[in-house]
Amino acid sequence: MFLVPDLVVRFFHRMASPPHFYAFSERLMPWLVVIFMLLAVTGLYGGLYLAPPDYQQGDSYRIIYIHVPSAWMSLFIYVVMAIAGAIGLIWRIKLAEIVMISSASVGASFTFIALVTGSLWGKPMWGTWWVWDARLTSELILLFLYLGIIGLYGAIDDKRTASKAVAILALVGVVNIPIIHYSVEWWNTLHQGPTVAKMDKPSIHVSMLTPLLLMALAFKVYYAIALILQARVELLQRERNSQWVKTKAVEEGGL
Amino acid sequence: MAMFDAFAAIVRRDLVLAMRRRSEIANPVLFFILVITLFPLGIGAQPKLLQAIAPGIIWVSALLATMLSLDSLFRSDFDDGSLEQILLSPHPTSILVLGKITAHWLTTGLPLLIVAPLLAVFLGMPNQSLSILLLTLFLGTPILSLIGAVGVALTVGLRRGGMILSLLVLPLYVPVLIFASNAVEMASTGLPVTAQINILISMLLMALVLAPWPTAAALKMSINS
Repeated sequence: MFLVPDLVVRFFHRMASPPHFYAFSERLMPWLVVIFMLLAVTGLYGGLYLAPPDYQQGDSYRIIYIHVPSAWMSLFIYVVMAIAGAIGLIWRIKLAEIVMISSASVGASFTFIALVTGSLWGKPMWGTWWVWDARLTSELILLFLYLGIIGLYGAIDDKRTASKAVAILALVGVVNIPIIHYSVEWWNTLHQGPTVAKMDKPSIHVSMLTPLLLMALAFKVYYAIALILQARVELLQRERNSQWVKTKAVEEGGL
Repeated sequence: MAMFDAFAAIVRRDLVLAMRRRSEIANPVLFFILVITLFPLGIGAQPKLLQAIAPGIIWVSALLATMLSLDSLFRSDFDDGSLEQILLSPHPTSILVLGKITAHWLTTGLPLLIVAPLLAVFLGMPNQSLSILLLTLFLGTPILSLIGAVGVALTVGLRRGGMILSLLVLPLYVPVLIFASNAVEMASTGLPVTAQINILISMLLMALVLAPWPTAAALKMSINS
């Protein structure tokens, strides 16, 4: 705590207050949408138009501009969820719980997109929709973990208790994900090796890599947008009896 | 020392309770045997095929049998309120929870070990892999009980927790299934299995240290709601 600048601490304390978050996210939203559009349009233009076709895979490799960023996001969001869950458990910050639970459905969607695009690509490349390959399998298990979290949250009526339960589950899951990943990898591997995150030079040309990274950034911003939209609804639902929501409703809806 | 006494008391109490309700011990074992009997009926009595998939069948059935028995871990204590008393005790909850898990494994995991050799013979598994099968079950089923305890603790307060429980717990069982059934398969072809066994041991140790913690936290949460 002593190492963090005062300004940052104050920012987090203020963000933890629901009305402040609600107002702040409202102002932030147009900026996020603009940034997302810029990144996505340049990324897609670069990826689908400027980048040359692959010498082996032709044009069908271009699905990586959706597939790879969503696969990255699926893991990233799970980690965000676990961190938010830990913050919620330790400091009892309501907003951290909301961030956690709003991330779950976004993360599950990204995992699903990664699986579907992967199998669409697998049909022409490997000649089959589905193989029991290491990464596909661990992505599928990740989807089950997400569904478990969403299911548990839905099953418990009291939402504060539900958030606690989900936070514990997310933390258990985040310890297990590496174990599951490596066990499955050891079990069977057909998927092509990593091409971007190698310690030496990436084995992908710059003209293909730049759009990929742009798309990855675009997906990150998109996640922020989806997260904020979900979190605002969740926040209103939970705080529906508090004064600031009532004032807000009178101001906007004229109740 | 008082902590160990409390641990032993919990184990003794749960064992006595289990001995008074013997059907609860018999249920998972019978389920285990039945599921394994269903496989030859569904696949057809082809000795070669059955022999090849025997490790997988036995381990998947063990997984399901453990799943089925998990609910009894905290259910009756939750219903009659003794779980609250356990949580109120001055000893660390994680130790007491570990006592309950130990008793649960002794009454549901251990019987699986006893009938497993018989079933292995049913499926025509070669003799040299029998000892490895027992070893993997001995190391693996406690992991299943430990991980499962977290799931049960999270869902014990729910009226319809059963379906959700399998969704929470089964994905976490994947590594145990992979390493254990692979070890048995390797052993039946005569290959060394030290690596798999070592990994299972390390997973067991990790689960022993880490699992009682979230279980205790989840129980406190379930009691308060």
